[in-house]
Amino acid sequence: MTSLSMPLSSLKLGEKSNVVYLDVKGLLRRRILDLGIVPGTVLTCVGKAPTGDPIAYLVRGTVIALRSEDASLIFVKQS
Amino acid sequence: MNLTIGDRSKYRGRVMREHFGISTTGEQYIIALAGNPNVGKSTVFNALTGLRQHTGNWPGKTVDNAQGIYSYRKKSFLLVDLPGTYSLLANSVEEEIARDFICFGKPNATIVVVDATSLERNLNLAFQIMEITDKVVICVNLIDEARKKKIKIQFDELEKKLGVPVIPTAARNGEGLEELQKAVYEIVLEKRLTQPKQIAYSQEVEEAISVLMPQIKPLNIAAEVINPKWLALRLLDSDSSFIESINRFVNMYKNIK
Repeated sequence: MTSLSMPLSSLKLGEKSNVVYLDVKGLLRRRILDLGIVPGTVLTCVGKAPTGDPIAYLVRGTVIALRSEDASLIFVKQS
Repeated sequence: MNLTIGDRSKYRGRVMREHFGISTTGEQYIIALAGNPNVGKSTVFNALTGLRQHTGNWPGKTVDNAQGIYSYRKKSFLLVDLPGTYSLLANSVEEEIARDFICFGKPNATIVVVDATSLERNLNLAFQIMEITDKVVICVNLIDEARKKKIKIQFDELEKKLGVPVIPTAARNGEGLEELQKAVYEIVLEKRLTQPKQIAYSQEVEEAISVLMPQIKPLNIAAEVINPKWLALRLLDSDSSFIESINRFVNMYKNIK
């Protein structure tokens, strides 16, 4: 299953995905989990700043912004 | 070591004063105000306490602390504004403060302010708090925003499912505040009992908890001060920050006699 996954940061505007795993530990991992991003969660890319950073995602009914650096640690499968 | 009611209130008074910098006068009920950042917690706090508040820092920390007083039905309530947090589990100073206050300060009740337009994410913190204490009131704030966004919430259903009072409010225009005070009053004076919905973990975790619990309960200090299931879960997590806090508070507790 890992071979089918890609970093969240490469999701294009409007695309939907399912979280496969979080390649991150410590405080940042806890933050991401607390935002409701756990394996199986649906994430949709709803906005990208002109510089590509940060990126807005729709998760569980709210829009959040992630640094592209942090989004690259979240592995998803496109849906 | 068995605790008398006198011990318990001596403990709480002392912990409150020394560790949290909170002093109460006479018969005052201490109410913790918790919630995610940006849910209007400060609006709720200001609406309830008006000018009867003072701000400072948590002792020894560079995090803001606000305390204020309000009266309801001739009783006095000291409202303590906890730092906004997404959970009680991370190791940031804010989360430590919120967690320690709820776990060891043992307020008479905790109001969890949640954002009506972002309920799912906000309930994460609520469930954690409901694992620690059953004296919880959920304040669903920003219902005016929810109305604008055409979000409809079935408050009765939510209350049934969560097992604790759920009060809709729009603190910035005063809506729901009287009901909130009433719910807090009823919880604190035990005129209303709650049964907070507990999260069921995976079978593995539940089994591990059932192995740990019988070993934790006989440690009287721990059982009296900290919810044993919460303690078991934090031990399974190897939550070192929490274990440090336990040592600190249990020592304070031991030294009371």
